[in-house]
Amino acid sequence: MSILINADTRVICQGVTGSQGSFHTGQAIAYGTRVVGGVTPGKGGQTHLGLPVFDTVREAVTRTGAEVTSIYVPAPFCLDSILEAADAGIKLIVCITEGIPTLDMLLAKARCDQIGARLIGPNCPGVITPGESKIGIMPGDIHLPGKVGIISRSGTLTYEAVQQTTDHGFGQSSCVGIGGDPIPGSSFIDILALFEQDPATEAIVMIGEIGGSAEEEAAAFIADRVSKPVVAYIAGVTAPPGKRMGHAGAIISGGKGTAAEKFAALEAAGVNTVRSLADIGAELSRATGWKSTLTGDK
Amino acid sequence: MNLHEYQAKQLFAEYGLPVSRSVTAESAEDAAAAVDRLGGERWVAKVQVHAGGRGKAGGVKMVQSKAEAKAFADRWLGQNLVTFQTDAGGQPVRKILIEECVDIESELYLGAVIDRASRRIVFMASRAGGVDIEKVARETPNEILRVTIDPLTGARAFQGRDLAFRLGLEGDQVKQFSKIFLALARLFQDLDLSLLEINPLVITNEGDLHCLDAKINIDGNALFRQPRLREMHDPSQDDEREAQAARWQLSYVALDGNIGCMVNGAGLAMGTMDIVQLHGGSPANFLDVGGSATAERVSEAFKIILSDDNVSAVLVNIFGGIVRCDLIADGIIEAVREVGVTQPVVVRLEGNSAAIGRQALAASGLSIIAASSLQDAARKVVQAAGGAS
Repeated sequence: MSILINADTRVICQGVTGSQGSFHTGQAIAYGTRVVGGVTPGKGGQTHLGLPVFDTVREAVTRTGAEVTSIYVPAPFCLDSILEAADAGIKLIVCITEGIPTLDMLLAKARCDQIGARLIGPNCPGVITPGESKIGIMPGDIHLPGKVGIISRSGTLTYEAVQQTTDHGFGQSSCVGIGGDPIPGSSFIDILALFEQDPATEAIVMIGEIGGSAEEEAAAFIADRVSKPVVAYIAGVTAPPGKRMGHAGAIISGGKGTAAEKFAALEAAGVNTVRSLADIGAELSRATGWKSTLTGDK
Repeated sequence: MNLHEYQAKQLFAEYGLPVSRSVTAESAEDAAAAVDRLGGERWVAKVQVHAGGRGKAGGVKMVQSKAEAKAFADRWLGQNLVTFQTDAGGQPVRKILIEECVDIESELYLGAVIDRASRRIVFMASRAGGVDIEKVARETPNEILRVTIDPLTGARAFQGRDLAFRLGLEGDQVKQFSKIFLALARLFQDLDLSLLEINPLVITNEGDLHCLDAKINIDGNALFRQPRLREMHDPSQDDEREAQAARWQLSYVALDGNIGCMVNGAGLAMGTMDIVQLHGGSPANFLDVGGSATAERVSEAFKIILSDDNVSAVLVNIFGGIVRCDLIADGIIEAVREVGVTQPVVVRLEGNSAAIGRQALAASGLSIIAASSLQDAARKVVQAAGGAS
């Protein structure tokens, strides 16, 4: 078991003939992901990376039975790509592209919610179920099939957590990068709920960062609804408060958003927090009682 | 991206919002001429900088003669204004806005922002307008009224009326407020704003609503489709090193410490700064070299980090995902040679081809200190920089 994707998941790529889409879809295929096609308007009928290319997502879905899409199209066109995927009945949309206008995301998210499509990202590394399916730009070889579910707002911080859980021999059930944008398609809570229900996931690592109140909301959810051990790290204790303009930002957040407040909220919810990102693996071992296979000082 | 008040008011005027007649001045002579052009007996002179808190810092003044207008311009043009929202150096004043005076009966607050929690544009309004709105938000949050915009329907007239009635507005003011609300919502959408604020929105002695201030912040991700706003950008308000970094697609923020940091990924960059501090060190900067750290960009990153004289050691922390660490190592070697780095450089490479990268660094003959883990790297760089503070 795992969450969101597994070895049977049929995946397409929007923007498959572009440089990013090409490269990472090639990597996904090499990892064993069941990629069944690609979409590039105007290039329908061609073959790329050994995959059939379609003009529209609807056609790709009809012809291949695709359930999941990965989006690599440039930022100005992502809103359209997301809406097209949702409209074609795709149930899981993973958008890797960074730099999408926030107002586009407000609309994309509202429409996906209305249709019932799950959106992950944008500006994220993607989703991986180690040993089964990789959708995104994460390096496959640092992963190890296992029992830790990882959720993170940051790409390279996710890799750090993955590396440590691999080094300690715990492995990962699935890893989800929800992305660092102000309006992510999925929140910590959405993914925590899935990990809580997944029998393969025995513990959860959550990596947050300063800004917004997603970690505080996650803390309340964990206190209420998550029974599995959670280890959390928040980046940005030393980050300087940004130059602000006007008061509206401060008013809306109601004083939330600093690392200290996020740590406090998580600790109050019974989450095991670490101040050093190098301690994630060791803290997991302590919180679960699992024996680490790691030898030496790392 | 921020705009100046005079630019925001120009946009406000185009959207039919009630703003004062005004003229911008770049010299004392301009300021005197502005007063002549506007006519009347009293004017308000306001320095144009990208920061709030101008009034409390002396950057806003009522002037009653040409001489006073000139004196205000002489006092501020070419100087920096320091407010509670700026750093200690303040923001340079290049322009002054001179506008007609309005007689104020009372002050309201009206703002709009993208609320992450509800994933909506939220309008906020309060009867308690003026400079202390943040205090109001903290102490009596129920005095801040809110309206949420559904992205699928956009702002509707009833929402403006609802806010107006809850604010206790009467008669024609309700109609005026609704009109302002709808125009602002349109402006927010059309111009890809991330923040909009009128503080204060005043009720004049005649009982009319009037926008006395205007703050606008534009979503940087949307600038590709806002060419006109891109043109309005004032580089004099940017930090020089941050702007230089941005030209190389590097994200840099200067700090007070002495340990320079070069990291790939914003989250890991913050995490690296945190771990340096945990080991008793003090980071000199935040620097994200991004996902594709080429030799050229690594080299530029070194130059920017070392332009800060306080830096006594540099920590390079790269987690090679798709990027190969051996290529990064080559970049570091090239940069250290080319830039002539004399400070100790601690390098931690992890991930894709990290072992080959470490070998290359060791064989380079340069005084690069290799670290075996993140913790080891933090320990070593703090030591190299002269120990824990």
